[in-house]
Amino acid sequence: MIPELGHFALIVALLTALVQGILPMLGAAIREPRLMALARPAARAQFVLVALAFACLAWSFVANDFSVQNVATNSNSELPLHYRVAATWGSHEGSLLLWTLMLGGWSFAVTLFSKNLPAPMLARVISVMGLVSAGFLLFLLFTSNPFERLLPAAAEGRDLNPLLQDPGMVFHPPLLYMGYVGFSVAFSFAIAALLGGRLDATWARWSRPWTIVAWAFLTVGIALGSGWAYYTLGWGGWWFWDPVENASFMPWLTGTALIHSLAVTEKRGAFKSWTVLLAIIAFSLSLLGTFLVRSGVLTSVHAFATDPARGVFILAFLAIVIGGSLALFAYRAGKVGLGGTFALVSRASMLLANNVLLIVALASVLLGTLYPLFLDALNLGKISVGPPYFDTVFYPLMAPAAFLMGVGPLARWTRTPLPELAARLRWALGVAAATALVAPLLLGRWSLLVAFGLFLAFWIFATTVVNLRQRLLASPRRGVLGKLRANSASYYGMVLAHLGVGVFIIGVTLVKGYEVEKDVRLDVGESVALGGYDFKFVGVTPQPGPNYRALTGKVEVRKDGRLIETLAPEKRIYNASGQSMTIAAIDTGLLGDRYVSLGEPVSADATNIHGPWGVRIYLKPFVDWIWMGAFLMALGGFIAVSDRRYRLALKSRAARVFGDAVGHAGAD
Amino acid sequence: MKPRTRRFAWIAAGLGILGIAAALVLSAFQSNLVFFFTPSQIAANESPQGRPFRVGGLVETGSLAREPDSLTVRFRVTDTAKTIPVSYTGLLPDLFKEGKGVVAQGTLGPDGVFHASEVLAKHDENYMPPEAKAAVDQAHQGMTMQSLHQDTKAGR
Repeated sequence: MIPELGHFALIVALLTALVQGILPMLGAAIREPRLMALARPAARAQFVLVALAFACLAWSFVANDFSVQNVATNSNSELPLHYRVAATWGSHEGSLLLWTLMLGGWSFAVTLFSKNLPAPMLARVISVMGLVSAGFLLFLLFTSNPFERLLPAAAEGRDLNPLLQDPGMVFHPPLLYMGYVGFSVAFSFAIAALLGGRLDATWARWSRPWTIVAWAFLTVGIALGSGWAYYTLGWGGWWFWDPVENASFMPWLTGTALIHSLAVTEKRGAFKSWTVLLAIIAFSLSLLGTFLVRSGVLTSVHAFATDPARGVFILAFLAIVIGGSLALFAYRAGKVGLGGTFALVSRASMLLANNVLLIVALASVLLGTLYPLFLDALNLGKISVGPPYFDTVFYPLMAPAAFLMGVGPLARWTRTPLPELAARLRWALGVAAATALVAPLLLGRWSLLVAFGLFLAFWIFATTVVNLRQRLLASPRRGVLGKLRANSASYYGMVLAHLGVGVFIIGVTLVKGYEVEKDVRLDVGESVALGGYDFKFVGVTPQPGPNYRALTGKVEVRKDGRLIETLAPEKRIYNASGQSMTIAAIDTGLLGDRYVSLGEPVSADATNIHGPWGVRIYLKPFVDWIWMGAFLMALGGFIAVSDRRYRLALKSRAARVFGDAVGHAGAD
Repeated sequence: MKPRTRRFAWIAAGLGILGIAAALVLSAFQSNLVFFFTPSQIAANESPQGRPFRVGGLVETGSLAREPDSLTVRFRVTDTAKTIPVSYTGLLPDLFKEGKGVVAQGTLGPDGVFHASEVLAKHDENYMPPEAKAAVDQAHQGMTMQSLHQDTKAGR
């Protein structure tokens, strides 16, 4: 009964989404307050209905209802409870339902925090979100119903993919989707502004906090995914430029460009059309990413041919959303206007340069991700584009962006004389150059790439300090605390996020420059020396787990003959699927990780687990700084949105700008 | 310089830089493409010498052999029509099994042995890596005329 209830809730949610998507939009067009007033209740009802459906699916997983196809394929009665809950979004159908739930949640949030939005604006924003949601609900109901029954019911489920049975994977998809779907708010604001024909600093101030929150969630989501790959895939990499990763990285690059261009639109009223276009692109790439990962195109483009309903629907939906919004942009952008001008050397021009670099980087990632799919779809052969392509293209593009990141915040919004700027940057340049020359020597071996990476990181640190010092000295208030308080939360958010980028660059540079990797054959009792440590393989012992059998290895790590720790890498074989999985043992430290994972028994008799094993030993200096940097960036984003000016009543200002419209709509 | 000429100069410089960036991107793209070949194509000498490429298919049952005292393994990859010997030094991924799909990247030696630098198995038990499946499907298409056997393909 419960799955049918969920199914029914989804159908009603679709009808509600259609009401939410059509009537308020119509109301805004003909200025009918009663139709516009439908926006809020419809969006809230839709959220409750989708949440109900989601709860029904989660209940089916928790209760091991193997008469539901989705549960039978992705769960198992031996699976621990928390992974049964996480299995709800482990499948194609479940993750699309999660996506729709997130969209409902964001719409709900918009209805809560929009007291000061003029009614036509709110009606249009909520309508656009309703239409997107209707598209997803249609897709769920017609091609990917998560409540499909399996008759007769399976006696036992096929189990969740062991790779996903991990705490990182429990949180990664929801956070990632929070980010993906969050860009729908910026998108809806952009479409609403294009439809309304008015776009100004107030509009930017409204959509800015939504965009920053979405971006921060996306940052955390990507970082969690990368950390998960690092410790579960067993080969110690943190980024593979895999299409699945690129799918989440492309919206992030666009989102990063968008939050910076929104800043210019809010402060200077410039880059209006560009900002709107970025908002459209960011959400389009979120949609593209979701479908790339979830439709099975990456597994085989020809999956489209075997299941034409899904493929055709996806292509049609993408074409309508992306094509429609771009057409609207082309038609209305002229009315919105380009916005104010800006000086050649100013903060605005540098933000523009950074935007261009980010978008070029995005284009190069897009090319490397989609080109193999196009060739394959046209039957022109199978190719792959490896990490070397992305590395050679991406780092040179991001280096000038990182450099500009130091200069931009120090420049004035208006024209900044170059000599004045140079005088401010002298000191920072000295610090960064000195670090680049000396630090690699202290770490071991000097190399140009390490020096360059450290230069960029310390350039960001030093310019941030210069900037902060200037801001504090310029403040008329007394005392350090008073001076600190004189700056806004959004300023500190920016500072923290930029420092995060510096921390991230240090992590990437040092791990690429100094990591040591070794695959060795070790007999029981044998040891190997690596980077000043001795790793001794003591052997493996069988160990039972809740839904798997494990072989736990024991590796003693010694430095100068003294035992410093014992690592326990595991090899697991899952009962239900028979799939094996490597669990690395990692000693995490601020200065780097020691990483040990088990390969397989390598004696002539492959079943002899007490003979020699293939063992993988890595030293990863400063690798955790990569994720620390990402978390700092996200934290900066969250601090920035706590800024008072986003909470202040904008009513008076809104009334002035949208005066005519506000007068009509008294509802809410 | 008049402001207008100066603006024009900056725009030209910007476009120039974009052009150079595009050229660099495309040349890096060109030189980092890895092509895919099936064992049958390799047997027909269609694969390049010296340049890395990918081969995919099934690991032939009973072909896996380890060299003593090292991490070097030898196995054969088949698309059910032709097979190619592969040698690889390192740890094999969890999902590597005889009779299952595999994709290897490396170069073809003059001795006809494929020296893999990487063995990929980034897929789960339910399906084969797309390249491996494509190799088997292609070989099957070639054989349908003879239609000797219609064995069930591993995976879907």
